[in-house]
Amino acid sequence: MHDMSAPAVHGAPTSFIRKHVFSLDHKVIGKQYYALALLAALVGMFLSWLMRIHLGFGSFAIPGLHLLSKNGAPGDVMTPEYYLQLMTMHGTIMVFFVLTTAPFAAFGNFFLPIQTGAEDMPFPHFNMMSFWVTFVAFVVLVASFFAGDGPTLGGWTQYAPLSAIGSAGGPGEGLGVVLWATSIGLFCIGQLLGALNFITTTLDMRCKGMSLMRLPLTAWAWFLTSIMGLAAFAVLMPATILLILDHVAGTSFFVASNLVINDQVLPHSGGSTLLWQHLFWFFGHPEVYIAIVPGMGIVSHILITNMRKPMLSHRVLIHSMGSLVVLSYMVYGHHMFVSGMNPVSSLAFSFPTLVITIPSTIIVLIWLGSLYGSKLRINSASLFALAFISMFISGGVSGFFLAQPSIDIMLHATYFVVGHFHLVMGVAAMFGIFAGTYFWFPKMAGRMMNETLGKVHFWMSFVGAYCIFMPFHYLGIAGNVRRYQAFTDDYLIPLIPVHKFITVAALFTGVAQLIFLYNLIHSRFKGEIPPNDNPWEGTSLEWSTATPPPHNNFGDKMPVVYHDPYQYSVEGASTDYIMQTSPENVHSPDEEK
Amino acid sequence: MATTVHEPPKIDLDRLPSQGSGNGGWRNLVPADGGLRRVKDSSPPPASTGIWVGLAAITMSFAAFTSALIVRQGAAADWKHFTLPPVLYLNTLVIIASSITLELARRRIATFMGGVKDKDHDQANPAQWLYITLFLGLLFVAGQTFAWMQLRSQGFGLATNVSYSFFYVLTVAHALHVSGGLGGLVRVIWKLNRSVLRRSTLDATSRYWHFMGVLWLYLLLLLWMKL
Repeated sequence: MHDMSAPAVHGAPTSFIRKHVFSLDHKVIGKQYYALALLAALVGMFLSWLMRIHLGFGSFAIPGLHLLSKNGAPGDVMTPEYYLQLMTMHGTIMVFFVLTTAPFAAFGNFFLPIQTGAEDMPFPHFNMMSFWVTFVAFVVLVASFFAGDGPTLGGWTQYAPLSAIGSAGGPGEGLGVVLWATSIGLFCIGQLLGALNFITTTLDMRCKGMSLMRLPLTAWAWFLTSIMGLAAFAVLMPATILLILDHVAGTSFFVASNLVINDQVLPHSGGSTLLWQHLFWFFGHPEVYIAIVPGMGIVSHILITNMRKPMLSHRVLIHSMGSLVVLSYMVYGHHMFVSGMNPVSSLAFSFPTLVITIPSTIIVLIWLGSLYGSKLRINSASLFALAFISMFISGGVSGFFLAQPSIDIMLHATYFVVGHFHLVMGVAAMFGIFAGTYFWFPKMAGRMMNETLGKVHFWMSFVGAYCIFMPFHYLGIAGNVRRYQAFTDDYLIPLIPVHKFITVAALFTGVAQLIFLYNLIHSRFKGEIPPNDNPWEGTSLEWSTATPPPHNNFGDKMPVVYHDPYQYSVEGASTDYIMQTSPENVHSPDEEK
Repeated sequence: MATTVHEPPKIDLDRLPSQGSGNGGWRNLVPADGGLRRVKDSSPPPASTGIWVGLAAITMSFAAFTSALIVRQGAAADWKHFTLPPVLYLNTLVIIASSITLELARRRIATFMGGVKDKDHDQANPAQWLYITLFLGLLFVAGQTFAWMQLRSQGFGLATNVSYSFFYVLTVAHALHVSGGLGGLVRVIWKLNRSVLRRSTLDATSRYWHFMGVLWLYLLLLLWMKL
């Protein structure tokens, strides 16, 4: 049988640096990622406030803004270019350093080894490197605020030729782009190292009795996400390298010939601007699924625990998430319907885009069908989980429209798209992060978060998010172009009151996040101690270990798993839940024999 | 002539029943009703899975570079074809030879680690073929550097023409990955000399190195066809 004196993957650290800074422990690395994502979210949110104030209230002077930028905000009123720079950084920080980092790298690093029954990830040095490389990437990106003439202004998508022509393109297009590309290239390396660990943990480090189908849905979500990330980030990194070379080495990968900017012919020749879009979106579409699939796993996990019954079909959920992974690589051209590609390609991409709605819908219907008739325990975690479903549906439905090339011709680059992705990805994934935080805080920090503040945070965020992003769809259909810093055209001026309303909603929702931040920090030190190691009466392995888990996760005895992950309300059982590690010999009728 | 017989390295076959995490070696699942689940008896060592994951990522990166080359070549009429520097073909032979020597090394070491006396071959220095592989690898990188310097001296730099840009990008990217492989080989030698080399580490490092050879053959074909 299992030798209890077998050495751990790595010994327990003793020095402060090894324990808290350059730690090999996946739990510490997970918390480090969470802290990074939290910092990035605050920065990204602050940028969105600056953007919204400018959009809603035009020439409003924001006190102190001139301190952030040498030339971007004379008299504290941002210039048009500065708006675009803030917008670019908002998108880049949020998509990469919040939505990819928190649900996947933070929670995944902390909980995947525990949920699989492993002592740690198999390559702890790579894991440590993955966090620190990501951290350096964040520092490089933020440094672009203070370098040269500011950060790049080309949007988080950095389309060529604007991104590749250098300083001729405007402030931040020289050094700013190089720093952006360097940051993102480093980020890709960090995530690839992380994906390596996640995949090998899931496949090779499961404890006795833990078959793949016995893994909780969160573990499946992280596993599938890391597979997506492997191919996606491995394509983005070469793209950023080619972009950097166009800047610093005089190459012409993306810059076409005979471009005249500011009366100067640029010294490039023959580049393919469309090539950047292909490379970027081949990464970019799987990226949005990387942002959302962990949230799907987290939400499923939390709802099951609070419903006290499993989902209608565990297998179909897993297969649907798997289908999303496969299909996500086939749809990227739907971001390029109006790029000038052969219109037949629009058909070729529109079809799988509609097909990908099938597994997404199946997942939503399984959630809704499972919730129907259940007595869901209402707490902050389950509320945010429900809101995830709401946001995913609301945001997803607008995707049906955008998937039709004919409609997309009108809606591309309008606020309709902005509303779509903010709801379906931004807000939904954020709510998934919040749900995960409220749910797992007792295990990660050994304290409960304040429920009252959690519910206040929830209702303010839920109402606020809808107030912000629902009007975006109206704006888009009315023709409001995105990435504009002011609305001076005749058809846009009547929409300004809508923007004012949205700005007020955004600031209100921002205040709600500060309540969450206070709750997080206060609970960390003064929160109620949970009554036991399993305050939510969950069944998966994280609830079978101490709070917080010891260095090698399970102490002396590695767990043995006897059950499927969600044995709730099983007839004949002594309690309404059977933990995976419980040898109690009662199986639900549909637990496979 | 005196020969030094080294102690065989500590045998560290992966997944012995008494090993740490993973379910290797576990035999019986204990539900009282005897319902055995369809679970594996053991998992492959993580290094084995890990190297395939890493190779998949590297493949995707070079696939991205390849598609960039193909699209870019079709995008404009400014592609200037050129003849590849002949030293590349010599380097190809060097890297193929290094794969052969690495396989020799791997099999000798595996036999050695198993404690089996290999009568036909010298047991005194199981790392000998590893050192030769390392030398050939360094020779390959040196040869690639020579090719780059040769082109530069003829006036063909990174930005001279997009065909040269891709040549440099692909060969430099490959050489960087080969250098990583050299680091892996050094690590294997270091561990072997301290008798702490795991079979899975050796196998994973070899797999990576062979992949670098296959990748080079692919790149050479691509460059020869397209450039």
